[in-house]
Amino acid sequence: MKTIKHIFPILCLVLTLASCSTEDDDLFEENPVADLLLVKSMTANDHTIEIYSADNQFTIGYNELAVRIKDNTTDTYFDNPTIDWTPVMHMTSMMHSCPKSTITNSEFPNVAKGFIIFQMPGNDTEYWDLKFNYEINGVSYEAMDIIDVLPPADGMKRVSSFMATDGSRYVLAMVSPSNPDVMVNDFTAALYKMENMMTFTPVENYTITVDPRMPGMGNHSSPNNEDLTYNSATQMYDGKLSLTMTGYWKVNLMLYNESGDVLKGETVTDTNPESSLYFDFEF
Amino acid sequence: MIPIKDLKGFLCPFLRVSFQQKLYLTLFFSALYLSSYGQEKKPNICAASCAMKCVEVCMDSTKIQRLSEVIVVAPKKKLTYQRQSKPLSSVDEYLEKAQQITMIKRGAYAWEPNVNNMATERLSVTIDGMRIFAACTDKMDPITSYVDVSNLSKVTVSSGQEGSEQGNCVGGAIDLELDKTGFKEDYLRVSIEDGFESNNEQKIVGADINFSDEKFYVDADIIYRDAENYSAGGGEEVLYSQFTKYNLSFNGGLLLNENSKLSATFIFDEARDVGYPALPMDVSLARGIIGSVAYEQVSLGPLTNWATKLYANSITHIMDDSQRPDVPIRMDMPGWSDTYGFYSQASLKKEKHQFLFKADGFYNRSLAEMTMYPNDPSQSPMFMLTWPDVRTLNTGIYVEDNIAFGKAKLKLATRLSYQNNFVADDFGLNSLQIFYPEMEASQNRFLSSVSLLYSKKVKSFDVSVGASYATRAPSVSEGFGFYLFNSSDNHDYIGNPELNNEQAIEFNGAVSYKSKKLKIGVSGNVFRMPNYIIGEVEQGLSTMTIGADGVKIYRNLNDATISNLYLNTEYKINKHLKWNGGISYHRGIDSDDRNLPFISPVAYGGALSYHKSTFTAGLEMQGATKQVNFNPIFGENQTDAYTVFGISMGKTFLISKNTFYVKAGVQNIFDTFYSTYADWNNIPRIGRNIHFTLSYKIG
Ligand SMILES: [Cu+2]
Ligand SMILES: [Cu+2]
Repeated sequence: MKTIKHIFPILCLVLTLASCSTEDDDLFEENPVADLLLVKSMTANDHTIEIYSADNQFTIGYNELAVRIKDNTTDTYFDNPTIDWTPVMHMTSMMHSCPKSTITNSEFPNVAKGFIIFQMPGNDTEYWDLKFNYEINGVSYEAMDIIDVLPPADGMKRVSSFMATDGSRYVLAMVSPSNPDVMVNDFTAALYKMENMMTFTPVENYTITVDPRMPGMGNHSSPNNEDLTYNSATQMYDGKLSLTMTGYWKVNLMLYNESGDVLKGETVTDTNPESSLYFDFEF
Repeated sequence: MIPIKDLKGFLCPFLRVSFQQKLYLTLFFSALYLSSYGQEKKPNICAASCAMKCVEVCMDSTKIQRLSEVIVVAPKKKLTYQRQSKPLSSVDEYLEKAQQITMIKRGAYAWEPNVNNMATERLSVTIDGMRIFAACTDKMDPITSYVDVSNLSKVTVSSGQEGSEQGNCVGGAIDLELDKTGFKEDYLRVSIEDGFESNNEQKIVGADINFSDEKFYVDADIIYRDAENYSAGGGEEVLYSQFTKYNLSFNGGLLLNENSKLSATFIFDEARDVGYPALPMDVSLARGIIGSVAYEQVSLGPLTNWATKLYANSITHIMDDSQRPDVPIRMDMPGWSDTYGFYSQASLKKEKHQFLFKADGFYNRSLAEMTMYPNDPSQSPMFMLTWPDVRTLNTGIYVEDNIAFGKAKLKLATRLSYQNNFVADDFGLNSLQIFYPEMEASQNRFLSSVSLLYSKKVKSFDVSVGASYATRAPSVSEGFGFYLFNSSDNHDYIGNPELNNEQAIEFNGAVSYKSKKLKIGVSGNVFRMPNYIIGEVEQGLSTMTIGADGVKIYRNLNDATISNLYLNTEYKINKHLKWNGGISYHRGIDSDDRNLPFISPVAYGGALSYHKSTFTAGLEMQGATKQVNFNPIFGENQTDAYTVFGISMGKTFLISKNTFYVKAGVQNIFDTFYSTYADWNNIPRIGRNIHFTLSYKIG
């Protein structure tokens, strides 16, 4: 078995080399979006804007996205464009945006990266669109198209948009682990405050307590979790999430402001099996 | 050196089986071994070396009787076997007869033997010197459950460091010796056994064939047992106490020349549908495949009795709860334990010294998982590794020197071992790192033991005193277990890879008097155990098992002390009638004066046995006083006193040249309802039980 393990990659390598040797050398260059899926492409201004995600769709919650812009006339990608993006949801009675990062160039000059946190899905009458304002060689362009934002395929909750006791509206999204495992997982969440319909700003120096539970097994917890605390470098909240077995977990959360007041969530007890602020997932 | 031939008896005038045929048969058994871990059994020691060994063993056993108790099971199905009140009883019932052994019961099948009130982790339990490790995280399959009376000749129970010859231990050792015909001229015997027990409708059928000549032997036997639920005293049915099991074993030997022989053993044991009334789960399958090959040579330069064995065994254990009507959650818990090992040993006699040198080693792989099925069928199953594929490599040497000084003897022994534990499964390592972030996959331990025993004969008295020091490594459960539920104290247990080795400093002494009619022996031991390993409640941890009271983590206590005192008597009333009786006292406390769990109250037993030509009869009594020292922290409650009685009768008939043997008896005559301190969750013991044994031997 071990030998096979060793032989297999060598075999693959040999085959790859053999098959590639006749082709164009470009294929040896690392493909910056190789592990990602194309979820949307927009055509405007004789350009194609390609949006990639690890997921095969725009999903409510945290979406890490890669963007590149192709010149349709030369079939090449522009290096280092300046990009700004604005997601907007058109609801029957109003319009609003959602938390997002800036979009910045990655280690590859022709790929820009950022994230968007959609707090709700679109439906038949309400939809999201995504607008790009970008500049190439000093010329500004604009592109916009409707995007489909869907609930996650597993129906689990990885984002929460809520009104807190301080009267403000917040959006809390789970960033990682994207593939939880039986271990002490690095746990990261993003917390934004809704300043107005179109502006969401990262919240600093709050605390979010973590209490993972298995409702299918008497609502047991796990040891050695660490509360989410603010990391100024990433502008996100980092903690630890211990999962002692596979299955369905509900991560009960409580949000505290800087002075220690509970803004959202309740303590889990024998009589109160869950907090109103939580994430859940199954693995 | 005694030439083998002389002891083998006279040469047979003609050989019934050609050498070639023997070779083929041996190859066949070797092939069995190779194809399925068969282990080859250490061949019978050839007659010569056996005789030499026996002389020593016998000398030992008279001198230090209390230290090595030998339970005769069924050597060649001879008379001794028929004297047992219930010849086809389980191995467990035989073991329970030994004064130093107590059996923890979780049902009617597969009891866990304790020696000196210490359980599996503190003992070395071997089959013909082979290390075998159970595959159940809940101790449902002690390795004594993978043999049966059909293939055992005797069981040697050693106290304390007298047991370290077979492996690291602190409390003692149990070695189950397989029955082998050995090299006899032109010998063929077939026997068929049949047994029935009324209480649980247990049906027992067994057969064995032994064939041998001067250069070759082969034994094959099979036994099948099938039992329904038993009823406690008073008639209450104990649900989930049924079991079915069968055991097949083969062994063969080939005399290569006058100096050497080759032998092989193979055991296949399978139990199905085994109920465990004391536990929340049952067992759908427990299977052991055990094999060995051995080479023995009478002399090797100045060394004698050189024996080398290679062995392998594979245990599969599948727990399930599908028969239980209401469980909070359905789960599957399979476990596997595979062991590969060897030993090589030889003796050396030099003037007053009699040395035994032994090198041995084993490699074990223990893996167990748990899958729980949520009551909400849309949720996916929950999975964890309860034994994270722990690989244990243990190699060691054992040296013993018996020095004779006239009527006195001094025995010095030491064992030094190196042990590596490696958690091979990353999923399991990550799981444990939730509790122990610094934990590494691999850890090494050095284990040592030394002991000395001085014994002397003074007129009709034998006196002995001994002292020893030993260490042991944590077991797989203690070191690496993950949320193992203990239904006795209702806690989940987490292993602790940071445990120190447990130590034991032991002192023992014995005096026995022997006259023609009377034997009296008193013996005692005290084990002082620094770093005693036990589970302690860890506050603030959430239980995994629904309904559990808390979580315990294995810890080293500062200290614990276990002491045992035994008195036994034997009196020959007349030529035919004999009395045996014994009483024992036990105590176990830790450094905070807390009572340790599973320590016997005062226990006593007695038997009157009658034996005249072909007729045997026996009357037995067994009991214990009310338990005074118990500890609710470890799930114990007080157990009441009890005394139970049994009776049996047997008769042998000779039909032409064949032997027909009948035995019948009653256990728990008065149908007393009782349970002992060692009955897990106080499950009651079997009520009145009438048993029959029929045995027919041809040749
Ligand atoms: Cu669980
Ligand atoms: Cu089990």
